Amino acid sequence: MKLTGSEILIECLKAEGVKTIFALPGGVVLKIFDMLHQQKDIEVVLTRHEQGAGHMAEGYAKATGKAGVCLVTSGPGMTNVITALADAYMDSVPLVCISGQVSTSLIGNDAFQEADNIGLSRPCTKYNFLVKDVNDLATTIKEAFYIATTGRPGPVLVDIPKDVSLAKTEFTYPSSVSIRGYNPTYEGNKWQIKQAAEAIMKAKKPILYVGGGVVFSQAAKELLELAEMTQIPVDMTLMGLGVFPGEHPQSMGMLGMHGTYCANMAVHYSDLVIAVGARFDDRVTGKVSEFCPFAKVIHIDIDPTSIRKNIHVDIPIVGDCKAVLRELNQILRATVNGNQKDLRKPWWDQIREWQQAHPLAYQQEPDGAIKPQHVVKRLYELTKDRDPIVATDVGQHQMWTAQYFKLARPNRWLTSGGLGTMGFGFPAAMGAQAAFRDRLVLCVAGDGSIQMNMQEMATAVVSKLPVKIIILNNRFHGMVRQWQDLFYEGRYASSYLDTTPDFVKLAEAYGAVGLRAGKVGDLDAVLKEAISTDKPVVVDVPTYPYENCYPMIPAGGCNHEMILEDPPELKQRMAGVPSTGSDENKDTILTA
Amino acid sequence: MEHIISVTVENKFGVLSRVAGLFSGRGFNIESLSVAPTLDPSMSQMTIVTSGDERIVEQIVKQLNKLIDVIKVVDLNESDFVSRETALIKVHTKAEDRAEALRIADIFRANVIDSTPSTYTIEVTGDPKKIEAIINLLQPLGIKELIRTGRVAIAREAIRPAVSQPKKLARE
Repeated sequence: MKLTGSEILIECLKAEGVKTIFALPGGVVLKIFDMLHQQKDIEVVLTRHEQGAGHMAEGYAKATGKAGVCLVTSGPGMTNVITALADAYMDSVPLVCISGQVSTSLIGNDAFQEADNIGLSRPCTKYNFLVKDVNDLATTIKEAFYIATTGRPGPVLVDIPKDVSLAKTEFTYPSSVSIRGYNPTYEGNKWQIKQAAEAIMKAKKPILYVGGGVVFSQAAKELLELAEMTQIPVDMTLMGLGVFPGEHPQSMGMLGMHGTYCANMAVHYSDLVIAVGARFDDRVTGKVSEFCPFAKVIHIDIDPTSIRKNIHVDIPIVGDCKAVLRELNQILRATVNGNQKDLRKPWWDQIREWQQAHPLAYQQEPDGAIKPQHVVKRLYELTKDRDPIVATDVGQHQMWTAQYFKLARPNRWLTSGGLGTMGFGFPAAMGAQAAFRDRLVLCVAGDGSIQMNMQEMATAVVSKLPVKIIILNNRFHGMVRQWQDLFYEGRYASSYLDTTPDFVKLAEAYGAVGLRAGKVGDLDAVLKEAISTDKPVVVDVPTYPYENCYPMIPAGGCNHEMILEDPPELKQRMAGVPSTGSDENKDTILTA
Repeated sequence: MEHIISVTVENKFGVLSRVAGLFSGRGFNIESLSVAPTLDPSMSQMTIVTSGDERIVEQIVKQLNKLIDVIKVVDLNESDFVSRETALIKVHTKAEDRAEALRIADIFRANVIDSTPSTYTIEVTGDPKKIEAIINLLQPLGIKELIRTGRVAIAREAIRPAVSQPKKLARE
């Protein structure tokens, strides 16, 4: 039987096991939506903006490990989703984005809502397809999912002109794909892995530096085995959080610009850095020429371009983290002898010393303004038994959540790392909630970034995605304000947001629940109420506006040279600010 | 240092812009680029002349390999190779210069492929030095127009050293 392009698309999505797509209609994709409307296997979450659709698909992908799917129309639909594609590309999120295109006869004619979707998305997708013939559609969709989910995952765009979605052809879904220019390496080079094992056995001060690649290759178990067997401490990147249990005694927490003191010191003074599924991003390395100056570097990554892109690598291993770690563990199991704990004791003594010298800390006065770290800590304590999924936006609140929310498992952490996309958190949380309707999904946001995709509250309410948003409301673009305080003598250029909107009323206007915790004493009760509500909730927590996120490595600084607290000149400048952090003196702040 | 990279790609629309985008997006420079189908019409062969230190070239080669439409990448500088370029040179020729133009063409084994009373169009093929040399000699006569193809290159089938020198990357 012949099917239209639209029906073929839907059959392909079903064959790929897609249960939910995030979509917003428009002229050229109406036929596709019409067919979606007439079936029940795929749920369509109607978003209020295409950027939201893209981030929801990302959240879905990060939480499930499967490709997220979004569907947008041509022209502005496409340009709106670009941010999400770029975000997914930077963070290697498997995504299939279907975009509508004007009819093939009109392409290039500056038709209504026409955009060069392929040209626009080329630099921010792993691959993109323009389907010019309905006979190619099924194969193209198969290839799109294959490319998005294999190797180093990434977003793939499939651009479908209107006439292709209408044209009919015989449908057969290919059972396999073969693309001659695309053959990701999964098995690591055995000789190199042996070298790595030898280096690990010899090292006195080794450190594991693990990132998002371990999450996507589902190698958490192998990582845990390796770390415990060899008694090596584990530094996680922002993207890697959760892949190693945060409460594990060998977890150093996050490293990098706002990483823990101990994680950064350990990587700086180590003699062997074992990088797994991480890419030596500048937010991790700081000054790249002085990153881990005493160490040999083993780099395990599926993407050859990541290796030696930023720093010199002694033992490169191209392959899937899971496959390589499994192989490595096998060799080590046979060679590990004696008590590794004793062997590494001097290194661990040093690490414990660092941990005790500068643990993560903040001061919460019982009657003072609420400290943002305190909110995250209480949220963690109150929800950790429910194994929540946690999303964040970008900025101070993101770093505090990374520091204080000690995730126990992978695929619980949804954050925008590479691109640093404000407005990511809320839709990503909704995407995860759509995949796991019964789970507790939290979104820690800032008052600045939540406003970048607030419109999706309508989606959350209508599509019954009961995400709990906790807004650390400091009335500032907090990270910008922090940099202005540290590096621009406290001139708050365009970083003060004032006290509007009233997030409680805004939530209520959407039909969601709005709560506010105005005092430290109210915090627990309000958070408990939020997590026990079965509707979308916004918890507005006015926090101390001048809290800075430490430790901090200034951009381009060395990892062992962290700022650990407000420098004296800043303390002096802030001396007159009341600990309630009230906005009464905002005029003087802004003119200071 | 100059590198000649030979790239086998899928012969379909958009591939050239993917390759070009890879260079422009990273601030790498393309000095010349030539593309044409191979014996197998589903593939095209690109010869890209670029320059950069070892690290940049290593990244270029890796990034090219990462492109899904790229089937094979060879950095020809890793072995011995021959390269050729063709130039079409339209020379102004006054009556007294016409013999000189022909003589120069002859020295370089170039062909005159078009002729008018006041011009010769000379076709010359060779390595870049040869092209530069003939241009230098013809310049005094007056070059009206000059078109160069960019280089194409192919690895030599000669005996190569059994062990190639290990590449060393300078630590930043």
